[in-house]
Amino acid sequence: MLKKKMLISTLSAVALALMSNMSFALTPEQQGLEISKEAKQRDLGWVDSTADMLMLLRNKQGQESIREIKIKSLEIDDDGDKSLTIFNKPKDVKGTAFLSFSHPVDADDQWLYLPALKRVKRISSRNKSGPFMGSEFAFEDLSSFEIKKYSYKYLGDEKVNNLESFKVEQYPVDENSGYTKRIVWLDKNEYRVQKIEFYDRKSALLKTLTYVDYKQYLGKYWRANSQNMLNHQNGKSTELKWNNYAFKTGLKAGDFNRNSLKRVR
Amino acid sequence: MRDKLYGFVGKHPIWVILVCIAFAFVAASGAQKLVFKNDYRVFFSEENPQLTAFESMQKVYNKSDNVSFVVVPKDGNVFTAEHLAALKSLTKQSWQVPYSTRVDSITNFQYTYAEEDDMIVEDLVMKTKNLTQSDLDKIKQIAINEPLLVNKIISNSGHVSVVNVTVQLPGIDPIVEVPEVATSVRAIKQKFIDENPDTEIYLSGMVMMNTSFGEASMSDGSTLIPLMFLVVIVTIGLLLRTITGTVATVLVIIMSIATTMGLAGWLGFFLTGPSSSAPTMIMTLAVADCIHILTSMFYEMRHGADKKTAIAKSIKLNLQPIFLTSITTAVGFLSMNFSDSPPFRDLGNLVAIGVMLAFVFAVTIFPALLTVLPIKVRVQKEGSKDSMTKLANFVINKRKLLLPVTSILIIAAAAFIPNNELNDDFVKYFDERVPYRVATDFMQDNLSGMMVVEISVKTGIPSGINNPKYLNTVSDFSDWLRSRPETDHVNTITDTLKRLNKNMHGDDPSWYKLPDSQEMSAQYLLLYEMSLPYGLDLNNQLDVDKSSSRIVATFKNMTSSQLIDVETDMNAWFKQNAPQYSVDLASPSLMFAHIGQRNIVSMLIGTTFALILISILLGFALKSWRYGAISLLPNLVPAAVAFGVWGLYEGQVGLGLSVVIGMTLGIVVDDTVHFLSKYLHAKRENNADTKQAVHYAFGNVGRALWVTTFVLVAGFTVLAQSSFKMNADMGFLTAMTIFIALVVDFLFLPPLLMAIDKSLTKKSKSKNTTGEDDNANMVSAGQN
Repeated sequence: MLKKKMLISTLSAVALALMSNMSFALTPEQQGLEISKEAKQRDLGWVDSTADMLMLLRNKQGQESIREIKIKSLEIDDDGDKSLTIFNKPKDVKGTAFLSFSHPVDADDQWLYLPALKRVKRISSRNKSGPFMGSEFAFEDLSSFEIKKYSYKYLGDEKVNNLESFKVEQYPVDENSGYTKRIVWLDKNEYRVQKIEFYDRKSALLKTLTYVDYKQYLGKYWRANSQNMLNHQNGKSTELKWNNYAFKTGLKAGDFNRNSLKRVR
Repeated sequence: MRDKLYGFVGKHPIWVILVCIAFAFVAASGAQKLVFKNDYRVFFSEENPQLTAFESMQKVYNKSDNVSFVVVPKDGNVFTAEHLAALKSLTKQSWQVPYSTRVDSITNFQYTYAEEDDMIVEDLVMKTKNLTQSDLDKIKQIAINEPLLVNKIISNSGHVSVVNVTVQLPGIDPIVEVPEVATSVRAIKQKFIDENPDTEIYLSGMVMMNTSFGEASMSDGSTLIPLMFLVVIVTIGLLLRTITGTVATVLVIIMSIATTMGLAGWLGFFLTGPSSSAPTMIMTLAVADCIHILTSMFYEMRHGADKKTAIAKSIKLNLQPIFLTSITTAVGFLSMNFSDSPPFRDLGNLVAIGVMLAFVFAVTIFPALLTVLPIKVRVQKEGSKDSMTKLANFVINKRKLLLPVTSILIIAAAAFIPNNELNDDFVKYFDERVPYRVATDFMQDNLSGMMVVEISVKTGIPSGINNPKYLNTVSDFSDWLRSRPETDHVNTITDTLKRLNKNMHGDDPSWYKLPDSQEMSAQYLLLYEMSLPYGLDLNNQLDVDKSSSRIVATFKNMTSSQLIDVETDMNAWFKQNAPQYSVDLASPSLMFAHIGQRNIVSMLIGTTFALILISILLGFALKSWRYGAISLLPNLVPAAVAFGVWGLYEGQVGLGLSVVIGMTLGIVVDDTVHFLSKYLHAKRENNADTKQAVHYAFGNVGRALWVTTFVLVAGFTVLAQSSFKMNADMGFLTAMTIFIALVVDFLFLPPLLMAIDKSLTKKSKSKNTTGEDDNANMVSAGQN
């Protein structure tokens, strides 16, 4: 099964490489879609993962603030992934847990467990564009990449982080997105996201996200150890540092429901 | 030296003209570097403590420059399906405003409510189709009962609402950025009115104010400067009846202004509301030089001198007096460098440069032009000389009555000086012709004032704002603020937390209170922040590590001193109730509230310096320290009287008026110089007695004085027509001061001189000494 997937991805990579040499055959829209599909394809099959995330927030005045989060994810075929976010720091939110079933186009299903209230609350909100824990990341920047979330346009090739990269424009399908478009650079060798530019509702550059220090897990899945988000409009920035990545840890669907929320830590 | 100057000019007039024009042309080309700075911050120096506080607050929280669309449905009810749909579309459109980072309206207000164990966060107005009357009523009830909205975004009766756009100007090129926002906002407004003819829109907010600074000055430039030229041409044309003289004067004026503004460009000045009045002032002041030269020249020609000799004589006579008056005027304007507000320093420096350039042109290109151009002299009746003689007789005969009467009038007027109150209300910097003023007045009458104070309450501890003690303090403070009559609106995080607590308990109204544990508050905020859309986050209320929060209080319109009282009360509240937190208060309103006071203090120092310097100059010029000291009286009295009259008539003194004393000092001194120097000349050289000396002074400079005063008063009255009230008031008060100065010099000074001389004569008779240096003739214009 796995071998088959690898074979398909290799074949499609070869096909794509051929196609990009005869680009007259495809419209930029189709090319953009193909590149994105390939990137998604290469990242399939990790089943589940856990990781620790450290958020470093900085404002213009030089003030800094730290958030600590644990994220568990479950890969879902043909839908958005399920994720469980457990907050560790600041201390006063310790034990708060957030469960999300993301959907490419429809509103996500979301539940939050508040230890202070000892209750699970379902949150009904279409908003994924607000700042996540006061940082420069929106929740939509952190949720899993799904082909159906965007329409695409291939813009050309460019060197980013010293790597030959595809430059693809992505237009969010969800009208509640905070962006009119994103420009994504994926390196040609591994189809890893190197850089993303986010454009706000008036199509002005809002933020730039750069991915630093990629590491490969299970000989296949690339994850950046560090992500830097810079907001050009307010001068604030947020750095994400990832630690303790683990894949195929044996998480089940049962670990991702509202009853599991209270148990997590 | 005086002869040499005109000797050269008279021999090579063409060269002088060419060199002057070339110089002016090169200098003036710098004018294209001059740009207008559309930013209220220019009024504050970098070291201004209120500005520093405000800037550091803006770095911690988000910036708060804004544009407000004040939307007024003509049927008086915002809560209809059509109006809500229109507001929703306006809200969406507003996101297209350049540099917008946040848009607040009643339609996109993030309404939270509970449904069993669900917590729902959505726009208050989701869909506008198929809204029933009961839906509309419900929306209205939510909106007008929401403390975040009522009296800020929606009026409490629901007849006016606001779409507030927060913009984050990069500040790289404010000359481009502010107009860019204004243009976009106006286009949106126009489109909205076209689509919704049953709705009115006003534009207010900081960006519109900044735009108005530039636009008011530009429109002044296109109306006031031509008007001023008209005044000059009419005055010289009618009073001196000379076409050549008028043409030459206009040329000198144009060159003085162009060269000054060009140099300003080269020197890296930028234009601001106050400094944009420099051309009008330079024009006014430059005319005086030319009038003196023309008057003397015509006098000589009428008495049979040929043109060249007449010009030479006129230059010889006038060089020193107009140099002296130019210097004193420049010193007066330079005193504005003591101002705490940079635009006034610029204005002072520009006018000082302009006045000195006008002097240079008046003694070079002006006589050169007069030499080259044809001049006819008509024999003119010396009617005004007769009237001056009559005036002199009147003053001399009635001196015993005039001195006490004028003294009493002066003291009576000056007694009203304390009626003046320091006030810098930046809204009132514009008169009712400026749309921003109209919009803001409307907003004050229908929604909320423009006085805003931002209060940052800091714990110094990460997550410190979630502490129940802290939240209770902030909530109590907000309640205290709301109980004050001047308060329109208070935006505080505690209202949001109370609402969330209620939502989390099934919308039970009894839970509308602050959470009782740190964890509870922290987790509510986490939940809430995760459910908010782009641009409607809490980052404008909370700092990055949640150690401090910002309360924004909006007040009714009030004077600077009232606002400073409110500020003092707020600080006292925290000192008494929560001394453990450090508190910062800042806002543009506070900056303007304090600037008047700071500026008055610094201007008093500046004016004192100018006064000392000018008195020393006068002492030298009159070759008598005693008359230098006596001249202080007619120099200071006009400003005292003018401020007294102002206290009766208007009573509000702001930034613009605090510089008037220094400014007028240099101008009114001119009258005194001319009058006293003629008076002394008569006494010293002609051995005239006091009465004869007064006659002589009236006869010689009376006419020139009232002509120049007429031009100056007319010029500053033109400035008083400015729609930029700061300039208008400055112009009006200056015109009044100059007019009073003439009255003082004609009616008060001569009786005073006669009274002093009388007592001196008595003394010298008894002591048999003279305190006078009889050898003086330095300022001796007008010998016939």
